[in-house]
Amino acid sequence: MERFRVLTGRTVVLPMDDVDTDQIIPARFLKGTTRAGLGQGLFADRRYAADGSPRPDFPLNRPEAAGAPVLVTGRNFGCGSSREHAVWALADQGFRACVGPSFADIFRGNALKNGLLPVAVPADVHARLAAAAGATVTIDLEQEEIALADGTRARFTVDPFARHCLLEGIDELDFLRGQEAAIAAWESQHEHGRTMGGRR
Amino acid sequence: MTVTGTDGARPGPRTLFQKVWDGHVVRAATADTPAVLYVDLHLVHEVTSPQAFALLRERGLRVRRPDRTVATMDHSTPTTPLAPGARAVIQDPQAAAQVRALSENCAASDIPLYPLGHERQGIVHVISPELGLTRPGLTIVCGDSHTSTHGAFGALAFGIGTSEVGHVLATQCLLAWPPKTLAIAVRGRLAAGVTAKDLVLAIIARIGVGGATGHVIEYRGEAVRALTMEERMTVCNMSIEAGGRAGMVAPDETTFEYLQGRPFAPAGADWEAAVEGWRALVTDEGAAFDREVTLEGAEVEPMITWGTNPGASIPIHGVVPEPAGDAAIARALTYMGLAPGERLLGRRVDVAFIGSCTNGRLSDLRAAATVFAGRRVAEGVRALVVPGSQQVKKQAEAEGLDRVFREAGAEWREPGCSMCIAMNGDRLEPGRYAVSTSNRNFEGRQGPGGRTLLASPLTAAAAAVTGRVTDARELMR
Repeated sequence: MERFRVLTGRTVVLPMDDVDTDQIIPARFLKGTTRAGLGQGLFADRRYAADGSPRPDFPLNRPEAAGAPVLVTGRNFGCGSSREHAVWALADQGFRACVGPSFADIFRGNALKNGLLPVAVPADVHARLAAAAGATVTIDLEQEEIALADGTRARFTVDPFARHCLLEGIDELDFLRGQEAAIAAWESQHEHGRTMGGRR
Repeated sequence: MTVTGTDGARPGPRTLFQKVWDGHVVRAATADTPAVLYVDLHLVHEVTSPQAFALLRERGLRVRRPDRTVATMDHSTPTTPLAPGARAVIQDPQAAAQVRALSENCAASDIPLYPLGHERQGIVHVISPELGLTRPGLTIVCGDSHTSTHGAFGALAFGIGTSEVGHVLATQCLLAWPPKTLAIAVRGRLAAGVTAKDLVLAIIARIGVGGATGHVIEYRGEAVRALTMEERMTVCNMSIEAGGRAGMVAPDETTFEYLQGRPFAPAGADWEAAVEGWRALVTDEGAAFDREVTLEGAEVEPMITWGTNPGASIPIHGVVPEPAGDAAIARALTYMGLAPGERLLGRRVDVAFIGSCTNGRLSDLRAAATVFAGRRVAEGVRALVVPGSQQVKKQAEAEGLDRVFREAGAEWREPGCSMCIAMNGDRLEPGRYAVSTSNRNFEGRQGPGGRTLLASPLTAAAAAVTGRVTDARELMR
């Protein structure tokens, strides 16, 4: 896992509330068996016309969006389907943080496991961000602080364990595997030899 | 994130959720680390698992408990009707490769698989209860947000992402912070012609699509107790559409009766012991929820969605809202081709879709069949009836329901997710309207540009035979 400490970069603003993961990546892009190349499907039905040409008014298609690592989102971003492909697609596009009023639970968890930082900010900070597309912001995970181009600074909080993993580049699976002794002990106490329906 | 509960067996009255959670804590959460939660049952399907198996291979890890893992194929598989004895052929090379990857991954790890063509294949959230794998008090996860379905049995069941699928394959555990609890009590009884689907749509309309974020819901009250298991599954299934990862109903005689005799349910003396344990899985008198919401069952009407999220629903006789400056409503109305203040009742529809993990069970098909019986699908309407599993299909055919659908002019298809997610070629065309018994009316969910009106099987069947949004109760008089 790549470390995440401080991110400075421009924003793309997509301020709609309740953007579901079907919008972020439509289901027809979920038929692969790898994580590669999913950026092509990112917001596909909003970003491209039926003939495949980019819609110039969609924020991601504006010239200043190229290379911007911060996506400013609306409330409840990433609701709906659990597809981690939504996070992979955002990361493949080059996003490293989403900043919005709130995030759906599964999306937030998926994002944190892929180095895409979900930053929940108060309404007034969100309004400033939404009004200044393309502005440069600095997100400091260690200090849990976001600094806007206009000098506004705001605190945010991230699940302390995920923050630790991101700061140190620790993979959650490695941490879980380190619990093997406790897991085996739990199983020996609770299982009574039962299986769920498969072969042991 | 704040830690809102404590781990381990806590003193005092506990909620159903707390009892199940406490029973699976391998290592309690601290201020800095989430709990290590043991997973009893891991359900796997073809779409969200290949990258997880690849992760294990990259790291040289094995599947820790293949005996606690069960797989099937549902999302990208064809549901095209087959001649008797014919085998399904997957035309889409990508979908075929994904399905093949699941077969290979399961074979390599000794994971039981119910593949395409197997008599037990079907939508993952339909087959696990059918098999008796889903049971009270278990922790159940799947790389699918509708895993909340299994909470109908008093299990703690929730959807996870593919990274977590890898975690569970490798360790049989997850890292999780204790969620908050939300009690949704439904008093009294639902009126005749009002279904579990209408109830859950009314609940989501009430609390909003983010209303249960961070919470596990417990559905309670007389109206919930009166629901059958299949109806409880419909309600719990859509918990995620209110943002709740899990929804639970305390097990009772209805639950035990459903489970007894199923292939993997305990039998003999084990059954008696299991039921005794399950009876304790109720919220104790005096246990506190973080939030409580109460609805009157008698006030719930048949519901239908007008917008582009499952919270945007109205009673079937209601009117589409005015945007009143709300850009999201305005956008949804534009996408849906609807005018503010318009009634949906009487609006022409193009497709009726009956199926999905929400409403693809036998009782759903029986309900639809009562409407189709003796009627014809309206001119210009396509009606798809997609059983949730091979077992549902078999039982429906044994009852002659397939004949009712076919004689009405509806398509009687093979089991799978089908037009709920439109990954397999079953797709709503741009601009067309579908009354669907599925769970999501997001833009493009059933096909790019498609317009979804979510409703119950009764309402979908009524739309199929009249060609219009119709109050099914008027056909049943």
